[in-house]
Amino acid sequence: MREPAELKLDRVSKRYDAVTAVDDVSFDVPPGAYVVLLGPSGSGKTTVLSMLGGFTLPSAGRILIGDEDVTLVPPAKRPTATVFQDYALFPHLGVARNVAFGLSVRGVPKAEIAQRVAAALKLVGLEDFGGRSISAMSGGQRQRIALARALVTEPALLLLDEPLGALDLSLRRQMQEELRHIQRSQGRTFVHVTHDQEEAMAIADLIVIMNRGRIEDIGPPTRVYERPRTCFTANFLGESTVIEGTVVACTDGRIVVDSVCGRVEVSGDRAVGSLVHIALRPEALRIGRCADGDQPLGEMQVEDCIFQGSFQRVAGSNIHGLRLLAKVEPQSRTVGQCVPISARRSGLVLLED
Amino acid sequence: MNASHSGWDWISVLVMSPLFVFIYLPVAVLVLFSFHAGQVPVPPFEGPSLTWYAKVLASDRITSAGFNSIVVGVLSSLVATLLATLAAWGLARHRVPGARAIEALLFLPLAVSYLVIGVGLLVAFSAVGIGKSLMAVGIGHVVLNLPLAFAVVYGQFDRDQARLEQAARDLGATEVQVFLRVTVPLLRPAILAAFLLSLTFSWDEFIVAFLLSGFDPTLPVVIWGMLRTGLNPQTNAAGTLVFLASLAAGIVFEVALLRRRRDARAG
Repeated sequence: MREPAELKLDRVSKRYDAVTAVDDVSFDVPPGAYVVLLGPSGSGKTTVLSMLGGFTLPSAGRILIGDEDVTLVPPAKRPTATVFQDYALFPHLGVARNVAFGLSVRGVPKAEIAQRVAAALKLVGLEDFGGRSISAMSGGQRQRIALARALVTEPALLLLDEPLGALDLSLRRQMQEELRHIQRSQGRTFVHVTHDQEEAMAIADLIVIMNRGRIEDIGPPTRVYERPRTCFTANFLGESTVIEGTVVACTDGRIVVDSVCGRVEVSGDRAVGSLVHIALRPEALRIGRCADGDQPLGEMQVEDCIFQGSFQRVAGSNIHGLRLLAKVEPQSRTVGQCVPISARRSGLVLLED
Repeated sequence: MNASHSGWDWISVLVMSPLFVFIYLPVAVLVLFSFHAGQVPVPPFEGPSLTWYAKVLASDRITSAGFNSIVVGVLSSLVATLLATLAAWGLARHRVPGARAIEALLFLPLAVSYLVIGVGLLVAFSAVGIGKSLMAVGIGHVVLNLPLAFAVVYGQFDRDQARLEQAARDLGATEVQVFLRVTVPLLRPAILAAFLLSLTFSWDEFIVAFLLSGFDPTLPVVIWGMLRTGLNPQTNAAGTLVFLASLAAGIVFEVALLRRRRDARAG
């Protein structure tokens, strides 16, 4: 079995005539990590995956798996296997022979193939389906076959291209758990592309957020969610209120910003007079009397209240027209009511420009 | 709603029945009078009798022509299908300079009349010293059937198939393994359809066979020769046998196409 290997992208770009699909992307993935490439369509995430699989050649940069430079290695010779978005199962072969394909073209002995195929089918919960034809399988089952077919080759790197996109919501959540479980139990490196931010947060060890061919943010889900680096991340991964303002004072790694929510103090370092953006997650916005140590943000007029079980989602705007969003304990509130608002200090995040 | 529907049906019956009579009556008459007991295939029908079939099968001229037709048909269709498959694979999967022009040139003979192709081949063959022969007819049939076979096979090289080939490469298959284990098995119904289509066209083809065959004529040429000596139920019997062979190939062709559609849906 191949050991899980480190993955390294070094200043990788892909340009098509006039369009730059991927623009100078670098990141490192430690062995055995579950990486999710997250971004809107056209962000370049699928192109990155395609370059990892060897289907697209980079215009510049290098890709390393372990110590091996695979930048120019064709797909057949790479230690990667892909679960395609449409699964790409062979319709002329049955379930077991689909799974066996990667071993059989490599000339693995028949007895060993049978044993490994059985193990792979068991891993995805399809041990009794080896003799069926592909056309007799449901969407969820096909997804599992595609996974087994890729895993059976024991790739150093498993690539998943929106693998759950075609499944309905409940099946998707279930498969997320299973993917996570399989990845943990095998300790293999997975690279998974999706545009579903909930999926990304649920399964990733490392989220790479992409936008217009560049990396906007990279880090563990909690860090990326709680302390987004850019405006794009703050809005794409979950929801945020973004407060714009001008720096009026800067001392000891803290700045004071004159904003539409009044004077706001936040940790960071910027020159006086520069324009800054501060992100605030809905969980960090509080409604009611300002608690000691919190940052008062003035008042907002409630525009919408939605009860969501354990919390209430309150949307409103202040007199300058800034839209604010809060997730607070359910309480009876009326639309049109003016309420004082404040923020947990740690929830105020200075964004990069 | 129902009334207007049944009205439509009534009109369709009115339009379609003469159409079908027009198309199938001659064939029905041909088949009926092949069982005629008399000397001339004109009404009233006498029989049924298998006399003329016995004569057809006893005639060396007809059976050897039938054999010639089978040899020419099978060999020319094999060559046409093989060339068409390789051409389709090359054009669909590789970067070929001037691919669009090559594609157009492959389809173009469909628009040229058989007579022009036949005469052209006759002139060209005599120029290079290939005499009238079954070989010449076979080459002629390859020329006629290549565009059709190419069209049938080329249509199968779609994006789905390209994805499957990519998946095979990803799993470690070499180019030869991709072609033999994925491309060809997926193309099998299309290749079979192309072969059967070529076979039926070759089996029925008269003009090129007439112009290029020498002392070994094919079946259509011999039947044409029989007609020149006047109407005879033996011609009907030979014609019926030719028709039945085409029908059988046509049925296999339909079944192959149906299977391809079902596979496409399943995939």
